[in-house]
Amino acid sequence: MIQLEHIHRYFQVGEQSIHALNDINLTIKQGEYVSIMGPSGSGKSTLLNVIALLDQPSSGRYLLNDQDVTQLNDEQLARVRRENIGFVFQFFHLIPRLSAAENIEMPMVLAGIAAKERKQRVAEVLKAVSLADRADHRPDQLSGGQMQRVAIARAMIMRPGLLLADEPTGNLDSQSGREIIELLESLNQQQDMTLLMITHDKSIGQRAERCIRIIDGQVS
Amino acid sequence: MRFSDTLNQSYTAIKTQPVRVLLIVLAMSIGIASVTVLTALGESARLYIVNEFQALGTHLVIVLPGRTETTGGQPPIFGETPTDLTLADANALLRSRHIAAIAPINVGAAPVSTRGLERETTIIGSTADLRQVRHLSLAQGRFLPASDSNETLSVCVIGRTIKDELFANQQALGQWLRINDRRFRVIGVLASEGQSIGVDFDDMVIISVAAAQALFNTQSLFRILVEAKSKQGMYKAVDEILAIIKARHDGEDDITLITQDSVVKTFDDILTALTLTVASIASISLAVAGILVMNVMWVSVTQRTSEIGLLKALGATPRQLLWLFLTEAAMLSVAGALSGLLLGKLALVALQTVYPDFPLYLPPWAVAAALAVALLTALIFGVLPARQAAKMDPVTALSKR
Repeated sequence: MIQLEHIHRYFQVGEQSIHALNDINLTIKQGEYVSIMGPSGSGKSTLLNVIALLDQPSSGRYLLNDQDVTQLNDEQLARVRRENIGFVFQFFHLIPRLSAAENIEMPMVLAGIAAKERKQRVAEVLKAVSLADRADHRPDQLSGGQMQRVAIARAMIMRPGLLLADEPTGNLDSQSGREIIELLESLNQQQDMTLLMITHDKSIGQRAERCIRIIDGQVS
Repeated sequence: MRFSDTLNQSYTAIKTQPVRVLLIVLAMSIGIASVTVLTALGESARLYIVNEFQALGTHLVIVLPGRTETTGGQPPIFGETPTDLTLADANALLRSRHIAAIAPINVGAAPVSTRGLERETTIIGSTADLRQVRHLSLAQGRFLPASDSNETLSVCVIGRTIKDELFANQQALGQWLRINDRRFRVIGVLASEGQSIGVDFDDMVIISVAAAQALFNTQSLFRILVEAKSKQGMYKAVDEILAIIKARHDGEDDITLITQDSVVKTFDDILTALTLTVASIASISLAVAGILVMNVMWVSVTQRTSEIGLLKALGATPRQLLWLFLTEAAMLSVAGALSGLLLGKLALVALQTVYPDFPLYLPPWAVAAALAVALLTALIFGVLPARQAAKMDPVTALSKR
């Protein structure tokens, strides 16, 4: 599913050039559960951004579902992201003025799906993340765990093949953190979504089938 | 992304900023209101003047003595005249088949007095036909009698102001009026006309043309008003007038003709230009409102940076983001335009109550133009912030909290 070949990423910070990713070669198959761990500044977020198509590598080749995505323009990238990738962020990133249902609906709105179908699918995923009774609550009326579940519902609404989670439990207490991890794992197992998770937490990272450690921009 | 969804998203985004929206709508509506009010005033003035001229009859020809060599210049009202127009010239014009009536005019200022009251006023010398040519109506009595224009009649017709000033609470008809050292009997009082294109018929005394010539000791005429029989006949009448006068003035082409429709057209052009100028000046306030829209949109984009990053991550294309923010700007502007039109309408209604005589009229094209201009300003001034949103780097945008 994901194939990274000799990926390099440099950042120019003032006079200094930072080598954030140094010759990354990585293959992840459909349905895999992979955790990415490493100290802060090791480049794991950059790697996630590149895989997420939010950032372009300075050099190297990236095949997503056998399509070379390093050559695409912004409009095409947005479309590929919309169809193939779901995001879960550390800080949830819900739009504060919209209700839980409207937040979950957003990717479908961008995709131009009809309102009737959207409603139906939102109801389904709300049930799947057991928030059916919170559909009309705005983010500030939800707990952290609930917000993250809304975010997960939003990530899975387009039924993407790839689910990217950037420290999904980083802002949660351990109880709701565990629930979130279990929810993500169930998506991985039941719906065959590839799950790629960045985490600091060893106990969480080791639950994955495959654990990738990144140090100084290199897979160790 | 569907159009209705774009509208809905922009609307919910706007709704969270009521104060800012109120201010921007206010600014935009003031701009639109001033444009519409000023356009309405200009347009109404134009219609008023044009109607005023047309009320005089559209087939009026004014014959002036003298001729300007260059076309388009002002006729030499006070300039030298090679050959005077005389009463005989005026009478000769009646030979033309296309002329319905002629009114030779002589104008001067003289003190008018009766029983110790005196007033300096305009004296017009003319004939009975003046009434037909200028569409004058009488409040009392009758107009100058039809007679040979060479005859000096000792009668006069007075305007409303003269009647009120000199014969305050008494019957004016039949009274004697002294103009310079001559006496005239009042036989008619004009109905109040108000100002009619610069000529105040209320403050005026009309006497027979021969009497006026004697009074001012002159043989010449100020001008001759000619009414053609029809609109089509007017151009033939013009040619014939030129021919008749030329023959009488030893082959000299020494008169200037002004036709009613050329005057109307000139005023029409001038006032249209004036309306446009005034509207353009007012639209400066629209430009200011546009800059405010830009400012608000910029704040909006900056405040929602992380949201823009999120939308990008969720698969919003740059074009979708551009349209989302442009729609927001357009919504603000249209809301401003609509309330501005309402405000302008209210102002016009208020003006109409204060000046009931002045016909106020807001042309439909002005309404359409106001809306179009508001939308255009929104798009022009909204495009920079919207592009900034569309071009934002998703990673940096997402990291903003």
